[in-house]
Amino acid sequence: MNAKKSQKIAFAVLLATTLVVVLPVLIIIIVIIKEGIPAINWQFLTTMPSNGMRSGGIFPAILGTIYLVLLSVIIALPVGVMAAIYLNEYAQDNLLTRIIKLSIVNLAGVPSVVYGLFGLGLFVIFLKFGVCLLSGALTLAIMELPVIITTSKEALSSVPLSFREVSLSLGVSKWQTIRYVVLPHALPGIMTGTILSIARIAGETAPILFTAAAFYIPRLPGSLLDQIMVLPYHLFIISTQIPNMPSKLTYGTALVLLMLVLTMNLTAIVIRTYFRKNKKW
Amino acid sequence: MVDKITVHNLKCWFGKVQSVKNLSLAVKENEILGIIGPSNSGKTTFLRSLNRLNELNPNYRQQGEILIDGKNIAHGNPEMLRKRMGMVFALPLSLPMTVLENVIYGPKRHGIKSKKELEELAERCLRAASLWDEVKDRLKESALKLSGGQQQRLCLARTLAVEPDIILFDEPCSGLDPISTAKVEETMIELKKKYTLVLVTNNVKQASRVSDRTAFFLMGELIEVAITEKLFLSPEDKRTEAYITGRFG
Repeated sequence: MNAKKSQKIAFAVLLATTLVVVLPVLIIIIVIIKEGIPAINWQFLTTMPSNGMRSGGIFPAILGTIYLVLLSVIIALPVGVMAAIYLNEYAQDNLLTRIIKLSIVNLAGVPSVVYGLFGLGLFVIFLKFGVCLLSGALTLAIMELPVIITTSKEALSSVPLSFREVSLSLGVSKWQTIRYVVLPHALPGIMTGTILSIARIAGETAPILFTAAAFYIPRLPGSLLDQIMVLPYHLFIISTQIPNMPSKLTYGTALVLLMLVLTMNLTAIVIRTYFRKNKKW
Repeated sequence: MVDKITVHNLKCWFGKVQSVKNLSLAVKENEILGIIGPSNSGKTTFLRSLNRLNELNPNYRQQGEILIDGKNIAHGNPEMLRKRMGMVFALPLSLPMTVLENVIYGPKRHGIKSKKELEELAERCLRAASLWDEVKDRLKESALKLSGGQQQRLCLARTLAVEPDIILFDEPCSGLDPISTAKVEETMIELKKKYTLVLVTNNVKQASRVSDRTAFFLMGELIEVAITEKLFLSPEDKRTEAYITGRFG
């Protein structure tokens, strides 16, 4: 085989393997849009399910997902950012710091069903919150933490050292320097990381299975200790547990969930590009 | 004149590298002390040991003592020390905020709240840094839109705003064109009436133009310090002569 020919073959093989990556994404999106679009209308998005889920809307599941995600972020964001500040600005390189960093990496690798069982054990049973919005949000918050800490830490360390030196050289304290110089410039990065972490957990089923999700609830969630309906679990129920389920509604639900997650990812990308363009140093 | 800063047997290490070797030197009140020397001669390390900025590096170690007005700086807290000892860095490091916010950044953090007081302070400092006339209509613009020379004088104004009595210059003109350099130099000469200045510079001519006394550093050691004219006309050490006549460095 001559060099030219082998070059061509290599190119073809490499291109083909790359397409293998793109293809499933395209197929998933196309099929879900094609099958799901007919189900999407105002009524589907804003009413309760009826007739044993076989008709009506998915409003409580959408609302439940939004509540769950927002609450988990309200819990995880301050903890994550403060931990990142500690690790990036204050922590010295010692055994403790290394153990913390190792834990964060490992936390990111724990299977989601294990988080679910952990949440069941700690929040639902031990702390007696029961299966509810709060237990689910706390479980998801723990899942978000590694991503928020890692991306916030990167955002903080990308603020130039010289800015800190200028501030310190003016006799400004370390904490004030972090508060008024470092944090404002790390904010876009922190926001991007946070949104990405939300997008990651919004579609999770396993962690909320035992901690928050209900099969069907005839009313909207009213307190932190209410059980809730959530999109991913609802999707699981209607596609496996309900006989004679119109496939239109299943795909419609999948489409709503997909759009929710994609919109969040897109928002993160928009924020990142916007701030990168306006970055002045 | 009284000694404002006295340094006894200063030794500095970063990890295992010793960048200042047993250095003793005094800076007199209201003078400009120029420090010249090739790169890696310990000039900047020396300067940053005065306001304890080296300590930000966890590998940094130091021996010897530094006295300011007779008091050992190691005993006070670094924030109080840095408040009375301003620093202008090699590159014009404006913070990414408006011109006005840059100047009042320090005083605001130190607790001045009155807007009127802050604005008056800003005007006074911008005038002292000979920048007021150029920026008085641009106070609300981003500081990063100013030219390099203007930004460097803005940094100076920002330093003045915390009301120090000593100002450290770390190669303040290395990134500036000759006209901006001349402006910064004029400002320095004006400032020494009220402040004590230490000027580290790579530009031998700048030291000869601005400083009252000049010190020559080489490989972390002080080779010679003298009245500027004497150091330039009849240096005692051969290495000083070689450096200022441009034979090495």
